[in-house]
Amino acid sequence: MSASASSRPGSRAWLLAETPHSRTQARLGQAYVRWLHFLRNPLAMIGLAIVVALIVIAALAPYLTSHSPFAQDLGNRLQAPSAEHILGTDELGRDVYARLLHGARITLLIVGLVAIIVGPIGLLVGTVAGYLGGWFDTVLMRITDVFLAFPRLILALAFVAALGPGIQNAIIAIAITAWPPYARIARAETLTIRNSDFISAIRLQGAGPLRIILGHVVPLCLSSLIIRITLDMAGIILTAAGLGFLGLGAQPPMPEWGAMISSGRKFLIDHWWVATIPGVAICIVSLGFNLLGDGLRDVLDPKGK
Amino acid sequence: MAASGDPLLTVEDLWVRFPGRTRVVEAVRGISFAVGREKLGIVGESGSGKSVTGRSILRLIQPPGQVTARRLMFDGIDLARIDEAAMRDIRGRRISMVLQDPKFSLNPVMTVGRQIAEAYLIHHKAEPAEARRRALDMLAAVRIRNPERVFDLYPHEVSGGMGQRIMMAMMLIPDPDLMIADEPTSALDVTVQMQVLAILDDLVSKRGMGLIFISHDLNLVASFCDRVLIMYAGRIVEVCQAARLREARHPYTVGLLRSLPRIDEPVDELQVLQRDPAWLDAPAP
Amino acid sequence: MSATSAMIMVEGLDVTFGHGPSAVHAVKNASFTVAPGEAFGIVGESGSGKSTVLRALAGLNPAWTGSIVVAGEAQPPHRRRAFFKQVQMVFQDPYGSLHPRHTVDRILSEPVAIHGLGQSDRRIERALLEVGLGPAFRFRYPHQLSGGQRQRVAIARALILEPRILLLDEPTSALDVSVQAEVLNLLVRLRRERALTYVLVTHNLSVIAHMCGRLAVMNAGRIVEEMTVAQLRAATPREAYTRQLLRASLGYDRRAADQFETYD
Repeated sequence: MSASASSRPGSRAWLLAETPHSRTQARLGQAYVRWLHFLRNPLAMIGLAIVVALIVIAALAPYLTSHSPFAQDLGNRLQAPSAEHILGTDELGRDVYARLLHGARITLLIVGLVAIIVGPIGLLVGTVAGYLGGWFDTVLMRITDVFLAFPRLILALAFVAALGPGIQNAIIAIAITAWPPYARIARAETLTIRNSDFISAIRLQGAGPLRIILGHVVPLCLSSLIIRITLDMAGIILTAAGLGFLGLGAQPPMPEWGAMISSGRKFLIDHWWVATIPGVAICIVSLGFNLLGDGLRDVLDPKGK
Repeated sequence: MAASGDPLLTVEDLWVRFPGRTRVVEAVRGISFAVGREKLGIVGESGSGKSVTGRSILRLIQPPGQVTARRLMFDGIDLARIDEAAMRDIRGRRISMVLQDPKFSLNPVMTVGRQIAEAYLIHHKAEPAEARRRALDMLAAVRIRNPERVFDLYPHEVSGGMGQRIMMAMMLIPDPDLMIADEPTSALDVTVQMQVLAILDDLVSKRGMGLIFISHDLNLVASFCDRVLIMYAGRIVEVCQAARLREARHPYTVGLLRSLPRIDEPVDELQVLQRDPAWLDAPAP
Repeated sequence: MSATSAMIMVEGLDVTFGHGPSAVHAVKNASFTVAPGEAFGIVGESGSGKSTVLRALAGLNPAWTGSIVVAGEAQPPHRRRAFFKQVQMVFQDPYGSLHPRHTVDRILSEPVAIHGLGQSDRRIERALLEVGLGPAFRFRYPHQLSGGQRQRVAIARALILEPRILLLDEPTSALDVSVQAEVLNLLVRLRRERALTYVLVTHNLSVIAHMCGRLAVMNAGRIVEEMTVAQLRAATPREAYTRQLLRASLGYDRRAADQFETYD
């Protein structure tokens, strides 16, 4: 089997080999098969394209526009889209396009940090509760219920009242109310997996609960979790935008899309672009995550294997 | 070859194909056989096409599966050519089917009595009271000791053996000419299997029905049926009288028989079946 | 055999699931002994409690009362790790007993890592060869294997720790007939080569007759009868239940079926 990755047919054959010769080859091969499956879904590809575009824009924002998102030009307020300002200017004369691109960074930051926080917490709480059962299950699930009871925006208001507004506090507030559903999903999956023969087999080899949970239960819960988090991204973006709209998230002059909608609200009738354009951006990004999540569900659903 | 009279069902050159993304899977490849008022067994391992054969007779194969046959003659009607409305008339009324696990084939939210009565009402215009009476008769016919009580039970409240008998009652109440049974006793304990088969045996002979018995259990089919068809990779490789199965000639049948452990014939090592690729293309016997 | 020479000694085993009025008394006062190197069969129909006995023996179910003595040591409800080096199990469903996301290599290397045995590569290769699978199978995932191949991997996994006792829960019931013969032959050969002790649980009397020397018949949680396979073949069981089971296992017989009773 040719190991050269340079020739396309060779590397594809290597990935699809019937009998892999190493752990890496087997894992990469599996990932490649899943990727091929994913490619067959046009809507999922669109979703992926949107998400990738978001990441690229966030990374390259300063290079994609010569305008600064913060530079005010009060003589040029509320200008309609033109050659100079592609998407017009807002109420302080700032270029909307530049603010949009830099706002992508904030959106990505919020979404990324929330996912990184809630994913592992929910997974850990859910799998431990589901596998160990008994008192662990009861205590952990009641704690989960407590957090589930908080409505997101009310908690955010409470945080802001206690700690002051700002993007970090907004992220924490969202994360705290977002993790319970993932714990529930992980627990439900764990309860199903717990009775499988392969879990009995590893118990019979003398494995302790830690090894079983981390090595055997978590890999099977990951798929549902990834899918659910991706689908929830849209909601998280909207919540962050809502917080920004209320003035609780990113503070001015940060070009957060929700805050942009809020400040542009007053000018909606005559100067529609100030509020509408960030709104459209939120819609597109939410849609992108939804399509991606659906596509991932088709590919990662463990029942298919 | 039929036990008595003309054949009830004649299958000629049946093909069932499932087009996939990269290739076409041929589950059944050109089989032909006939069933009279007898018990015909179709035996095969997984992938042999036996279940698909049973379902294709009743046109239960969903697209993208394709069923083609030169002829599928049932009582002068070519099942391959009639339209769906005509097929619905035949399904259940003239040809019925019993499946493997009553847990999955009985409606879990209806009482069993109602399901049997419904099976009657689909094909006969009658008052509900009449349907109920017939359902109770049918429950008695499958030797359920307390039909009145069982009538009101839900499927999850009955045991496996009873569930299968209820399934049979449901399938027999329209008084079909031919019954197809797909692994009807595989999910049951061995003693219950025998009891259920005895009931099936009686019903088939008393009503002069034909029975196609599909199973993977060669010994069971050999002891229960009159004739046996052995299927391998979508083809029929052997046809013989059940009583003469030991004299089978095709190497696959012989190999299967020799690889089974038997209580009365101890061996040190079971003979492992050696598959010959030539069997895939062998002409039908 | 004397108490000291038995490999497995079960006395008065009782297993109940659940509490209160809905409790299920799955195993009632089961007792049997298995000599070293013997293949002991437990046969019964569904609900007889045979799998429950095996799981209690394996240490998978700690909620039993009675006495279980393995290799001279009385076993507590929660087994110590050293126990699993002595006793391993092969499960019925080849599709459920291998982790769907682990390669064969991972499945076989994990027990070695848990017990710190070392020389993982060599052991894995040897285990695969012993069950008739070559190194080509080492990095495949379970969904890339056939039912028979999966069961072989399960057997390799059970044997990689070099146990003395193998518990088999319907090891071939979910396999095709032609594959069953291969797996049964493999199990017979392995037992001979390694002087293993087997406890085989199944509903299929012919498999027990082929694999075992002695057997126990269970019905509704109790051991109804114990006998040798020779006695089984001579069709001389004492109990009516066993006679009925034997009769039913030989194939369909219209007259015999009429005489079957339901034993509850």
